[in-house]
Amino acid sequence: MININQGFAQGSSWVHQLDPRIKIITIFLLATVLAVGESIVMLLQALVFSSFLILSAKLDLKEVGKRLMVVNFFILGIWLFVPLTYPGEALFQVGPLSFSIPGVIYATKITLRSNAIMLGIIALLSTSTVSSLMQAMRYLYIPEKIVYLFFFVYRYVHVIWKEFNRLHDSMLMRGFKSETSLHSYRSYAYLIGMLIIRSYDRSRRVYEAMLCRGFRGEFHNLDELSFSSRDLKIFSGILFFISWIIIVEKGVFLV
Amino acid sequence: MHISEGVLSAPVLLTGAAATATGTAVALRQLDNEDIPQVAIVSAALFVGNLIHIPLGPTSVHLILNAMAGILLGWKAFPAFLVAFLLQSILFQFGGLTALGVNVAMVSIPAVVCHYLFKIVTKRDEEGIKRLGVAGFICGAVGIALAAIFLMLALSFTDGSLEEMGRAILVANIPLAIIEALLTSLCLVFLQKVKPEVFTEFQDGAQSLQRRGRL
Repeated sequence: MININQGFAQGSSWVHQLDPRIKIITIFLLATVLAVGESIVMLLQALVFSSFLILSAKLDLKEVGKRLMVVNFFILGIWLFVPLTYPGEALFQVGPLSFSIPGVIYATKITLRSNAIMLGIIALLSTSTVSSLMQAMRYLYIPEKIVYLFFFVYRYVHVIWKEFNRLHDSMLMRGFKSETSLHSYRSYAYLIGMLIIRSYDRSRRVYEAMLCRGFRGEFHNLDELSFSSRDLKIFSGILFFISWIIIVEKGVFLV
Repeated sequence: MHISEGVLSAPVLLTGAAATATGTAVALRQLDNEDIPQVAIVSAALFVGNLIHIPLGPTSVHLILNAMAGILLGWKAFPAFLVAFLLQSILFQFGGLTALGVNVAMVSIPAVVCHYLFKIVTKRDEEGIKRLGVAGFICGAVGIALAAIFLMLALSFTDGSLEEMGRAILVANIPLAIIEALLTSLCLVFLQKVKPEVFTEFQDGAQSLQRRGRL
């Protein structure tokens, strides 16, 4: 089953230690440039850059591969359809099906773009703890309410996940078998209903407890983010790279 | 139902982001600090609900539960999905960042539609369980069907060659729509029987609790 813990956030590489504000700005810029970019050369360079970040973060490559597989499932669907439906000169033909050259190029671009952005997200966002990202978001003028919501959701996801497993285990112990039947669907519906009720009661208890401790709708930072001179150097390097890929994208050197 | 990063064109991404920003802005205006824990709970339940596999013949499907979110939260479904998807993209890269706006809008707009649809069908004052079940069924089906239609539109506006794929996804989502309809209906009836106050309290937020002197 899916692991909702932040396995990648533990580590001591320079990527892990980078200020989360820099990480968020970087991934935002990078993802935007890549999402609108069309040049294959640029996309390839970005992919290399993202892979470099992954390698520098010394993440478990097997685990990274697994995550990419999930992403590429959708991309696989694209490969099934686009080369066949994209108009253009045929690369080769199998019976009545023709694979068009522009279609293959288009699908390649999507694949490169998607993987480059995903690797970037893994390297930059998954290597930070959610609490540090939250702090960074507050600095970056994300509405406070969204940040609080984010904080509570992250907290509750673990609680609800545990609750779900408990309820599910007790169903299994009573001989529940998941199958395509009304009984099975009804059990799932009640499971979700029970999950909502329990978590709802819990959220009220937590909130009341917070009120008792003087909560007035604001959180206080306990540890400040610090922006070191190394962060500045790395950030300059990243900005330089992003400017570079924009230049490549615009084709200044490749007339 | 997520569209991966890097597939959609810039205009589609921008439209999605604008729709999500608008919906979230409307919701944040309604949202008091006291409501945040409640919205967070539903958002977290959606997050977990998205991970549940429901068996369907030889395969299984993921629930989306957007009709449920709409019925319980109304416009607040926007920030709930926004945060749930953002967290999913950080923790295990479902969805992504640039496609976040489109993905959130795709499920939240139908959620808000379901919210109003549910109100019209149940007419709140009548407490008929049957009527509630029927309303849940309709909302569950409409929620997924609309989301699948948005997904198809997003793909076909990006590029003509993605239209076929969009249509295939739309067809593939029909069984999911039926399952969600069934589950939403059963789940609403369950909630009504076990804890009917969730319907009113989620919508009115924390003020209603204070008004009734429970906080």
